[in-house]
Formats: sequence, structure tokens, C-alpha cells
Amino acid sequence: MTPSRSWQSFLEETGVLLRFTGRFFSQCFRPRYEIAEFLRQCFIIGYRSLPLIGLTAFIMGLVLTMQLRPSLIDYGVESQLPAMVGIAIVREIGPVIVALIFAGKIGSSIGAELGSMKVTEQIDAMEVSGTNPFKYLVVTRVLASTVMLPVLVMLGDAISLYGSFLGVNIRGTTSFDLFWNQVLGNLSFGDVIPAFVKSFFFGFAVGLIGCYRGYYSTKGTEGVGRSANSAVVISSVLIFLIDLVAVQITDILGLN
Amino acid sequence: MLQTINNTRNSPLPDEDNEIIAVEHLYKSFGSNKVLIDFSMLLHKEENIVVLGKSGSGKSVLIKCIIGLVKPDSGTIRVLGQNIPELSMEELDKIRVRIGFLFQSNALYDSMSVRQNLEFPLRRHSIRLRQDEVDTLVMNALEDVGLQHTIDMMPAELSGGMRKRIALARTLILKPDIILYDEPTTGLDPITAKEIIELMIRIQKKYRSASIIISHDMNCVKMASDKVLMLIEGKCYALGTMEELQRSADPKVKKFFE
Repeated sequence: MTPSRSWQSFLEETGVLLRFTGRFFSQCFRPRYEIAEFLRQCFIIGYRSLPLIGLTAFIMGLVLTMQLRPSLIDYGVESQLPAMVGIAIVREIGPVIVALIFAGKIGSSIGAELGSMKVTEQIDAMEVSGTNPFKYLVVTRVLASTVMLPVLVMLGDAISLYGSFLGVNIRGTTSFDLFWNQVLGNLSFGDVIPAFVKSFFFGFAVGLIGCYRGYYSTKGTEGVGRSANSAVVISSVLIFLIDLVAVQITDILGLN
Repeated sequence: MLQTINNTRNSPLPDEDNEIIAVEHLYKSFGSNKVLIDFSMLLHKEENIVVLGKSGSGKSVLIKCIIGLVKPDSGTIRVLGQNIPELSMEELDKIRVRIGFLFQSNALYDSMSVRQNLEFPLRRHSIRLRQDEVDTLVMNALEDVGLQHTIDMMPAELSGGMRKRIALARTLILKPDIILYDEPTTGLDPITAKEIIELMIRIQKKYRSASIIISHDMNCVKMASDKVLMLIEGKCYALGTMEELQRSADPKVKKFFE
């Protein structure tokens, strides 16, 4: 593909994605509201992701603490270890890592599920059965991803800090109260709120891209695999782009 | 007598009131690929028309236009007196209650049990039913296809023939006036295919429904058709009974029966 043609197809794809996003917002606020399906998706997307996110978050907190310790010892500020890990996890590492794992698990599963529904005509069957498939499949999944990721980020942060507590105590002795006092005493709303807000955007991006790639899946079973794969790749890139924009905004607002 | 239509409406109408589907001057293309070109056809009450044509000739597109899944470029599709391309989503929903559609791939929802698959159209269309009425309708539909014991099974646990029967049960649950079948015997062994065709005929007699059947299966054509429509080059090329078409001297028609 020549550079000009690849640019053209990129711009066309972006246009279709923007139209898809517009359709999401226009359908989102109109009845009939698919409450039962939304709650079912919250359960699938949120609750069933918890074990994987919990495990990775715990390991992340533990490893981060163990790797930071030698550098802090060199500078003679080992006592600041819980505070530094706490700020790093809550502000940046927690939301981004949890969102990336979420993209891998949920983005791919939404892409594959909708893709296979598309190629086996289940989406058409839904429409014939008096259901707006966009509302039933897309709106519910995007909303559930948007709502559940911030919850998972908060839980992931908390679990990660427990991992960090274990990491601190592998080579030293810090009481549970002292550890949490140091972590929470050094956190401000300026650390917590922007991280919390950006995780809504991460969730929205993962849900939207997964649905978009699945809903427009073509070329049979090969297309289903491609949808799942591209859903993960695109939403992972978007997570970093959103993070970049969020950092600029918090900087402008003086929250850094 | 065999009518070779070539671009004209099949006429005269024996009885206008009997007309259940009337497609007139239908055009549909996908990019530069012209699929339906000035296509016209009629379907009357309790009539079964089998549509024959090569792969990619637009047979599935035709029935998807009829049920409003694909929007035609131009032309009218009057179903039970209403022009499908002009209907709003709400109006389309009302008319779809009276049309059953059996998908080629069955389109059973993988994440739902057989019971939930059958309940889905009952719950989603704007019909108010009590739970006991829903249960009765589900059991009746399963009885019609002889698969009551599968009610709590998942689609993945069923054989190909059973899936087709369940898909047919889902199509029948609203007791439609019209049933559109998209290649109902594709992918089935000859014995199961014959069973499915017999089931379709039994159901058609029981519910007195009209149907359009897309098929390549000559057994299906022989057993289920009142008339056969040949869709060639995007047009309704020929219409008649199977015997009439078999006797045709037209080389394009003959090719299908050789």
C-alpha cells in the first residue's frame, strides 16, 4: 500500500470510528434502556476481571517496591519507600497497568464476541427479533466498561499497595499502620482525582474500540481473530494517548 | 404455464387481496456490484416460492430487503400492505412480528440456553405476555419441532440438525404469516435435510403461512415449492412450477436442472 493510500484508509477508518462514537452518544440517552443487559455486562466485565487484575496488581506493587528500595537506600531515603510507591501507583502505574490488562482481557473478548455474532448473523437475528442491536450490544458494553474500569482501578490500587506492604517487609519491618499512614499521608486529592477521572476515559476507549472492531468484523472467522487482536492494539495505544493528554491537562490545572 | 419474466412484474394477479408480499422494480447494488436489477415478484397467502440462483446472485439480499435488514437502492417492497423501505423502526418492529426468518447459519445466541433463545423474540417485540404464557409458547414451539428435552441445553451442545430445528422453533414462536428461509438445508446430511424439509411443510400447513425459501437443494425445491423463481443476473428470470421449469427450453433455466 502506498503512503497516500494508507493515509486515506487511516482517515476513512477514523471517520467511521467517529461516526460510531456519535451513534453511541445518540443512542445512549434514548429509550428503550437496556438496564438488565447493562447490569449483566457490569458483572461480566467487572467482577470476572477482578481475579486477573487483582493478581497482576499485587505482583506489580510487590515488584515495584523491591526494585525501588536499592535506589532509595543509595539516597538515604528508604523510609520514604511507602510514600513513593503509593504516589506512583495511585497517580500513574495503577490506572495505566490495570487499563492495559483490562484492554487485553475485555477489549479482546468484546471484539471476538461481537465479531463472531456478526459473522454468524446473530446481530441480524436480534434486529429481526425487535431489538436494536447497537443499543443492546454496543451501548451496554461501552457503558459497563466505562463504569467498571474506575472501580477496578481503585481495587487494583488497593491490592497493589498490599503487595507493596509485603515488599517493604521482605527486607525490613514496617508495621501495617505505619505503612498506611505513610501512603495515605502523602496522597492528596490532586493525586487521586485526575487518576480516577482518566480511568473513565480508559474504560470508554476499551469498550468503544472492542465494540467497534467486533461490530464491523468481516471475512468470517479470520476477521473475528483480527477484530479481537486489533481491539487490544488500538485500545492500548489509545490508553497511552489519553494518559498523555490527561498529564497535560493536570499540568495546566496545576494538579501535578 | 412457465412465465419468463425478464424485468416485468409477474402478472396478472389472481386476487389482489391474496397478495402478501409484492416486490416491484427493486434495485440493490454494493459499490459497483449490481445485485438486484429491476427485480419484481409476488407471494400470495399460503404459497411457497423457492428462489433458485447461483451463489452470489442476490437471493439472500432479496429476503434481507424484504425483512428490512438491507435497504434497497430503489423500488417498493409491500409486505402485508406496507412498504418496508419507508417504515420507521417502530413500524418495522410491528410488521416483523408477523414475519419469521430462518438464517442460513441458524443465528442461535451462543450465550443463551434454548429456552432463552426462544423467549428472546417474545420478550423483545412489544408484546405483553405473562410468564406462564411465555412458557406455554416456548413448549409449543419445541413440540412442533420435537425437541422438548433440549429446553435447558446450550446451542453448543446440539447437533447441526437440532440447531436448525431450534432455529425453526424460534422462527415459529410468534406464529408468523410469512416465513423466509435462507438455505434451510445447507450443511446438513441428506437424511436430516429431508427431515427439515418435511418439518417445514408440516409447519406451513399447520400455521397456514406463506414462505419464500432460498435453496440450492433440488430435493427441497421438489418437496416444498408451489412455484420456483429463478433469480438470474439480478432479475426474476423465470417463474413457474418445478415441472414447468424442468420442461423449459431456455438454456439458463435448463442448466439448473441438468
